[in-house]
Amino acid sequence: MAVSMTREPAIDRSLGWFSVGLGMAELLAPRAVGRMIGVGDRSTVLRMCGVREIVSGVGLLSGRAPATFAMSRVVGDVMDLALLGASLRSPDSNPSRVAATATAVAGFAALDVYASKVELQSSMAEAQQDVPVHASLTINSPPEQVYAFWRKLENLPRFMSHLESVTEGPQQRSEWTARLPGGMQLRWQSEVVEDQPGRLMSWRTVAGSEINHVGSVRFEPGPGGQGTQVHVEIYYGMPGGPAAAKAAQLLAMAPESLVTEDLRRLKQLIETGEIATTQGQPTGKRSMIGRMFSAEES
Amino acid sequence: MRAVCWQGVHKVGIEEVPDARLINPRDAVIKVRKAAICGSDLHLYDGYVPGMMRGDILGHEFMGEVVETGSGVPNLSPGDRVVVPFPISCGNCFFCSQEMYSLCENSNPNARLAEKFWGHSPCGIFGYSHLLGGYAGGQAEYVRVPFADVGPMKIPDAMSDEQALFLSDILPTGYMAAENCNIQEGDTVAVWGCGPVGLFAIMSAKLLGAARVIAIDRFPERLSLAHRAGAEILNYEEMDTLETLREWTGGRGPDACIDAVGMEAHMHGVQHAYDKVKQALRLETERPGVVREAIQACRNGGTVSVPGVYGGLADKIPLGAVVNKALTIKSGQTHVQRYMKPLMGRIENGEIDPTMIITHRIGMDDVPDAYQMFRDKEDDCIKVVVNLAS
Repeated sequence: MAVSMTREPAIDRSLGWFSVGLGMAELLAPRAVGRMIGVGDRSTVLRMCGVREIVSGVGLLSGRAPATFAMSRVVGDVMDLALLGASLRSPDSNPSRVAATATAVAGFAALDVYASKVELQSSMAEAQQDVPVHASLTINSPPEQVYAFWRKLENLPRFMSHLESVTEGPQQRSEWTARLPGGMQLRWQSEVVEDQPGRLMSWRTVAGSEINHVGSVRFEPGPGGQGTQVHVEIYYGMPGGPAAAKAAQLLAMAPESLVTEDLRRLKQLIETGEIATTQGQPTGKRSMIGRMFSAEES
Repeated sequence: MRAVCWQGVHKVGIEEVPDARLINPRDAVIKVRKAAICGSDLHLYDGYVPGMMRGDILGHEFMGEVVETGSGVPNLSPGDRVVVPFPISCGNCFFCSQEMYSLCENSNPNARLAEKFWGHSPCGIFGYSHLLGGYAGGQAEYVRVPFADVGPMKIPDAMSDEQALFLSDILPTGYMAAENCNIQEGDTVAVWGCGPVGLFAIMSAKLLGAARVIAIDRFPERLSLAHRAGAEILNYEEMDTLETLREWTGGRGPDACIDAVGMEAHMHGVQHAYDKVKQALRLETERPGVVREAIQACRNGGTVSVPGVYGGLADKIPLGAVVNKALTIKSGQTHVQRYMKPLMGRIENGEIDPTMIITHRIGMDDVPDAYQMFRDKEDDCIKVVVNLAS
């Protein structure tokens, strides 16, 4: 959530649609375009440029690897300027129109360079927080109540099984401790980025933490007032140094299913007041493999 | 305490295990007086339900006496005689609040496993595999009952243990199977399988207004009980099922068809061999002969109701017939809690005598042999009740 806010998708979209529009015009009406920009009849070259524009445009609009497609537009702009320069040698070109077109292309080139830089920066930021976790579940309780339960951060270890403790400190900061297999602990400090009571909360870890992540939880009213849809989004990053191994261990525990199980326990706590379990129930003699997985009495 | 444990395919044994105890605030511990072996326990016995572990305590049909309650169970006190529904249901979630108790969202601690198989998880069930929670079952001296403020129902003094016992599963299951048929005045209902659920489905269909019920089986003792319950009987070893149903309904077919057999159906000829082989090779988990036949037999626009247990994937289901005949298929684990009270009323006023299906009354030591006897339908076995009250 916090990560996606740093993108500038509006620029991608405008450039994307511009590319598609220009590409279609070049592809379908190359002569008219040629006259307009002053290069005369260069149908084949313009059609090829059209195809290139459409590829860049669709790529940008798809939102996948935006930095790459923004960069492809920069390359296209350079090609266009070169082609415009070459066209001046041709007898049927219109020098004043070509000059105007070149100015326009140069302007777009600057915008494209800017867009591709923004995209590169944001994909680098994403690369640091490169393990995305999404989970959602519906809870039979109004959003305000689910939010309130979650917002009291001390409640979280009651349903987040790997958490040992959360302590709220001043300035929206909190201290977190998680258990890892083998008795190891993982500690981090987190700060609230956005807090809309009854609706959402987002947070990020503070520099110096043993694990690096940004996350958000949204509490959306279910359709027709049926409870709350809880949506959790977390992006984990890998810290450097000695903490890296511990963080890797946490991530190896399949964080997506951990979060889903945590949400299930939250739902059980809020709806039923307890967490369903068979731990401590009697059983007959287990097989050797069964004993390894069983927490029951036998 | 002593308990009946699953020890592997075709292996059930009595073991000494730790006593059942309270774990959560809404738990109760029940001292079991009577338990029953269910036809669906045979699917566990035969190894066709995934997620069983050696040492699992079996049993989801039981009644007994409350010995201990958690702080969240104000409705029960020690000494209360109760019958316990097989679905474990919280009473708070979306499905429980709509009386769809067997779809409870909060009672299966292994919901993630069930979701891998089925997309979503049903409720937890006593003694019915780790896919459905891995809860210790009630073929034991004591049993822990979660959400005891929702499930167990007190038994009136005038009602015997045996009269109340089948409210835990098979009576509501047969009733829901008939209710799912949306029976109209004058309807003909065909029921495949005259085991306990089939027999209760026959009685329920009659109570719900069916003009005719046709019972299909091959065991004379079961057919004769079906006849006593008011059904016309069709022995599929002697008559062709589809042809006979067509003839008996003047060519139209039954208005509703109930599959009270499930995943281990016995059929004839090539079809049976095909499913036996595929099931043995684990290429399908069911032998769905009955559901195929029910779909084929059902009249246009009719209903196929499936109380029989299926667990996974079935082959060669005639979906074309479902579409082109505009059939409705209804199924589900039974929402037992929804039916217990009204059915207890019907037992009290004599409309249903659930004890008529009991053929064997045994002690715990005889349970392992009884599984095999029930599975092989030896000694005209229809229903085994285990007496645990000492």
